[in-house]
Amino acid sequence: MTESTYRIQGATGEWEVVIGLEVHAQVTSHAKLFSGASTTFGAEPNAQVSLVDAAMPGMLPVPNGECVRQAVRTGMALNAQINRYSRFDRKNYFYADLPQGYQISQLYHPIVGEGGIEISLDEKNPDAQTKTIGIERLHLEQDAGKLMHDQHPTMSYVDLNRCGVALMEIVSRPDMRSPAEAGAYLKKLRTILRYVGSCDGNMEEGSMRADVNVSVRKPGDEFGTRTETKNVNSVRYVMATIEHEANRQVDVLESGGTIVQETRLYDPDKNETRSMRSKEDAHDYRYFPDPDLLPLELDDAFLDACKESLPELPDAKRKRYESELGLSAYNAAVLTAEAETARWFEALLAESAKAQGKPEADVAKASANWLLSELYGALNRMGKTIDESPVSPAAGAELVALVADGTISGTIAKQVFEIMLETGDGAGKIVEERGLKQTSDTGAIDAAIAKVLADNADKVEQYRSGKEALFGFFVGQTMKAMQGKANPQMVNEQLKKVLN
Amino acid sequence: MKKIASLARIAMTDAEIEAMVPEFNGILGWVEQLGEVDVTGIEPMTAVIPNTLRLREDVVTDGNIRDKVLANAPAAEHGFFGVPKVIE
Repeated sequence: MTESTYRIQGATGEWEVVIGLEVHAQVTSHAKLFSGASTTFGAEPNAQVSLVDAAMPGMLPVPNGECVRQAVRTGMALNAQINRYSRFDRKNYFYADLPQGYQISQLYHPIVGEGGIEISLDEKNPDAQTKTIGIERLHLEQDAGKLMHDQHPTMSYVDLNRCGVALMEIVSRPDMRSPAEAGAYLKKLRTILRYVGSCDGNMEEGSMRADVNVSVRKPGDEFGTRTETKNVNSVRYVMATIEHEANRQVDVLESGGTIVQETRLYDPDKNETRSMRSKEDAHDYRYFPDPDLLPLELDDAFLDACKESLPELPDAKRKRYESELGLSAYNAAVLTAEAETARWFEALLAESAKAQGKPEADVAKASANWLLSELYGALNRMGKTIDESPVSPAAGAELVALVADGTISGTIAKQVFEIMLETGDGAGKIVEERGLKQTSDTGAIDAAIAKVLADNADKVEQYRSGKEALFGFFVGQTMKAMQGKANPQMVNEQLKKVLN
Repeated sequence: MKKIASLARIAMTDAEIEAMVPEFNGILGWVEQLGEVDVTGIEPMTAVIPNTLRLREDVVTDGNIRDKVLANAPAAEHGFFGVPKVIE
């Protein structure tokens, strides 16, 4: 457990920041939480609205079992208590984005209780600086519709396509003490949700949004009054919100003011938060159990099936990559940060083991290094994700195997990879057709060495009188003369023999 | 009374509110009588007959009925509901 040293320097001394996050994560499902309308993003306005979502009189909600299952699986992945008995409540408020006049949510008996997430504050060494952030609860609720204010001079337009889509609200404990911790928490939560497959984590499309609770205090004091900044939609904005809101609060307190518990909005263009005064008197939600819905009771079979369907989670996977595959902590962390990357790596690993006829552990390091340097480098250049990679795991494994068995050198492998990207041909075919095979022909290597030494007699002299750094120069020249195809180890050995 | 009316978005004149006060007090008084019953240790009853919540399959069975959805809207435009401008 690491204590944060993040402080805000005020005129009256140092201030500590206290942060809690409420994350709204859209549940991955085909249909909405209580209706059979589709959840697909980007449809024509009001095309994905049923009479239930439009709150026509007499319509009754029926919960989508998949949304319940995804909430339970997520709760399990957060090491949280699963409540076999939960219930839906009505949260009453009037706004044009919610025709029911109430949101169906779970205030009194949420489906998931206390849990926690371990975050790491040092990417290079993920086991060094860890901290557990408590989860207070996770509950299911409906999303609201979307309002557009800029399409008409006197009217706002309402699109109810999102209305009724299932959300998981994941509430943390006020355990974070710096923008970096909040960023790490959000990233880790997103990773877990994507591994579990319960939310796509796409913050641009609004699949994940955070309400950011911030207060400040003198270190060791009681919690101060908090403000809540609504609907922040990126990790960077969450961190900026915290920094600005904490500094604003320190300014207010130090100039003799008090913090009002209120709802605020983050404005990314101005990089500031401001009060949403219009909603101040709207906070009397008059919650009560929804009489349209019976309590939700989960049996052992349901819970067991949820548990069995969970994949290996990122922390377990990272530790396994370190202990069983012998990867460095950093490489293991990078490979497991996204479910897609880990999936690709494991496919590559299986193909590499097959191609080389060796256990996975023996081919893991070379495969990981190739993926993280060569493949990542190429994907970055092309602006593609790993799922869009033009090279398949099997094709990558073929290339890695050619280096491993000494057919080509690492330098030639880089060239072969470029040709693979351009032509889509396999590594073996490229090496064969273009004559790129590494040579271990001592005759040819010796001839090349002899020529290099003859052409650089002055440097040979310097080397022999003690300037040993020149060795690399000779290696380079010999490799160049051999067009990169000489076995580097043999070049080293032969050079040493001749020079010394 | 005024707050309850405003939360429910019901416009009421002062005269109407005045008439409503004794009625509301009557309702509250009646409900308060229920507090006299000792319910210690009794689970709240959620349904009259033993019944559990049914769950739906995750299948799209509804939607694409925009005309029906918008049929009663006083001001539908370009496929949207039009409402008096509300800005945060």
